[in-house]
Amino acid sequence: MAEHAESREYVAKNTSTITWNPRVQTRQVIGKVWQWVFFGSTALAIVLLGMLLWSIIQPGWNWLSWNLITDMPSRQPEKAGMNSAIWGSIWIVIGSAIFSFFVGLSTAIYIEEYAAKNGFTRFVQTNISNLAGVPSIVYGLLGLVFFVQWLNLGRSISAGALTMGLLILPVVVISSQEAIRAVPLGLRQASYGLGATKWQTIRSHVLPTAMPGILTGMILSMSRAIGETAPLIVVGASSLVLTRPDGPLSAYTAMPVQIFNWSARPQQEFEQLAAAAIIVLLIILLSMNTFAIILRQRLSKNRM
Amino acid sequence: MAIVTPQPSGSQRPLMDLSGRRNRSISEQLARYVFTACATFTLLTTFGIVAILLFESFEFFRQVPVSDFLFGNEWTALFEGGSFGVLPLVRGTLIIAGISACVSIPFGLMAAIYLSEYAVERTRSIIKPILEILAGVPTIVYGFFALNFITPNLLQPILDVGVFNGLAAGIAVGIMTLPLVASLSEDALRAVPRSLREAAYAMGATRYETAIRVVVPAAISGIVASFILAISRAIGETMIVALAAGSRPSGMGAAGPWDPRDSMQTMTGFIAQAFSGDVSRGSVQFYSVFAVGLLLFFMTLIMNVISHWIARRFREEYD
Repeated sequence: MAEHAESREYVAKNTSTITWNPRVQTRQVIGKVWQWVFFGSTALAIVLLGMLLWSIIQPGWNWLSWNLITDMPSRQPEKAGMNSAIWGSIWIVIGSAIFSFFVGLSTAIYIEEYAAKNGFTRFVQTNISNLAGVPSIVYGLLGLVFFVQWLNLGRSISAGALTMGLLILPVVVISSQEAIRAVPLGLRQASYGLGATKWQTIRSHVLPTAMPGILTGMILSMSRAIGETAPLIVVGASSLVLTRPDGPLSAYTAMPVQIFNWSARPQQEFEQLAAAAIIVLLIILLSMNTFAIILRQRLSKNRM
Repeated sequence: MAIVTPQPSGSQRPLMDLSGRRNRSISEQLARYVFTACATFTLLTTFGIVAILLFESFEFFRQVPVSDFLFGNEWTALFEGGSFGVLPLVRGTLIIAGISACVSIPFGLMAAIYLSEYAVERTRSIIKPILEILAGVPTIVYGFFALNFITPNLLQPILDVGVFNGLAAGIAVGIMTLPLVASLSEDALRAVPRSLREAAYAMGATRYETAIRVVVPAAISGIVASFILAISRAIGETMIVALAAGSRPSGMGAAGPWDPRDSMQTMTGFIAQAFSGDVSRGSVQFYSVFAVGLLLFFMTLIMNVISHWIARRFREEYD
C-alpha cells in the first residue's frame, strides 16, 4: 500500500505514461532487515567465543591448582600434572624463536634492503607466502625425515624446535618485512648522507627503528608455536614424559600434545583435566598477546 | 594471532643504494652474503618439502600402484594387509571442508560487510579484538570444543550423531576459519574508495544496496581469495579432525559415504593417527603417510596459488 501512495504518475503530452516508483519505504525496510542480519553474524563471533570459553572453564575450573603446574603427568587423573609439558613448550618456543628470528629477520632485510627488483626476488617473495599456507602437519613430515632421521636428532627437543622454527618462519619474515618497510626512507638517506655504509645504516638506524614492530611479529609467531600440535605429534613428542627436558637432545612433551592425549581418553576426569590444561595454555597465550599489543601501541605512540 | 595476508611480491619502494662508497669491507660483504643465504634458505625449505614428500612417496608407489592409491575406494592402511585407496580420506576431507565453508563463508562475509559498511568505530574496536582472539586460539582447543561441546550439547539433542562425527568437526573448522574470511574480506571491502559509495548514495541507493551492488562487487577479487584461502586452511587442519571426526574412514559405517553425521577420517587425520600409534619405520604404512602428505600438499598449494592469483589478477585498481 505504501508503494501506491508514493508512486507518482507523470503524464506526458501524448498518451504514453511513465510510472516512477522508487519504493523507498520497502527498500529501506529491506535494508534495515539486512543490517540486523549482518549485525547478527558479527555478534555470532562474540557468542561463539563465549561458548568456547564456557565449554572449557565449566569443566576445567575445579581442576585448576598449583599441582597441575608442578606435578608430572600420571595415569591417575588426580595426581596428573603438566610440569614436563610446560617446560617442553618453553624449550620448543625459545628454540624455534631463536632460529626463526635470525633466519627470518635476515631474509626480510635481504628482500627489503638488498634485493634487486627482479624475478628472483619476486620468486622468493611468492615462495614465502606459499610457505605460509603449507599445512602444519606437512612441516611435521619434513621435520621427521630431515631433522629426526637425516640429521639423526631422534625424537629430541631440538628436532621439535627446528621443525617449529621452520613453521613460523614465513610469519616472521612477513611481519619483519612490514616493520622494515615502515621505516621512513629519509632516515636511510640521512644516514647515507653522513657517509655511513649500507650495513651501518641498517644496523644502527633501520633495525632499531623497526625493532618494536619486528618484536611484535615475533611474539605473535611464538604464540602460534605454543599452540601448534600436529607437527610435534609427527616429529615425536611423546605422550608420557616424567622428567623435565635437561638438554637439547632429551625427550619431551608439550602443552598442546598433553592436552591432545588427555582429550583423546574416554574417562571424564581426563576431559576435565584437559580443560584445565587448556585454561593454563590460554592464560599464557593471552599474556603474550597482551604484551604484543602493548608493544604495538608504544610503537604507534613513538611514531606520532 | 597475525593473519598472514597475501602480499604483492617484491618491495614496493624503488631500490636506492645511496651509500657512495663501493663497499668492499669485510663486514659489508659478509652481511650481504648472510642475508642472501638466509633468503635462499627459505627457497630450500620449499624444495626440501617437495623433495622429501616425492622421495618417500616413491618408496610407497613401488609397492602400491599409483592408480590403486588415487582411485581405490577402500582405506584400511593400518590393518595387516590393508588396502590403500585414498578416496575415502579425500571424501572425508572434502565433506569437512565443505561444512566448514558453509559456516565460515556466509557468516564471515556478512561480518565483514557489517564491520566495513555499518559499524561505528566503537563497535569495530570491540569486535576486531574478539575476531583476533578467535583467530589466535590454538586448533587443539577447537578440537576439544567440537568433541566436548558441539557434539553433546548442540548436535546430539537434535540429530542422531555418534561421539565422533564429521559435522561437529566441520562446524569447528568453520568457526576456526571464520575470522580469516572476516578480516581478509573486510580489508578488501575497506580498500574500495569512498567515492564509489558516494556515487551510489547520490543515485538514491540505500546503504544495503550500496554495500551489496557496489562495494561487494568492487571488492570481489579479495573476497573470493579469502574464501579459497579459508577452504585451503580447512583442508590442512589437523587437530580438530583428529579429535572430533574419529579415526574410521568415511563410508565404512552403516550410513551412506557422504553422510556428515558419520565418523570420518581426513587426510590430515590419518597422518596424525599414524604417528600417534607406532608405525614402524620402513613399513609400507610409514611410506603411505608421505603419499597422503604429498596429495595434501599439492591440494593446498594449488588452492593457495589460485587464491593469490585471483587476488592479484582481478584486483580493481582505483586511483
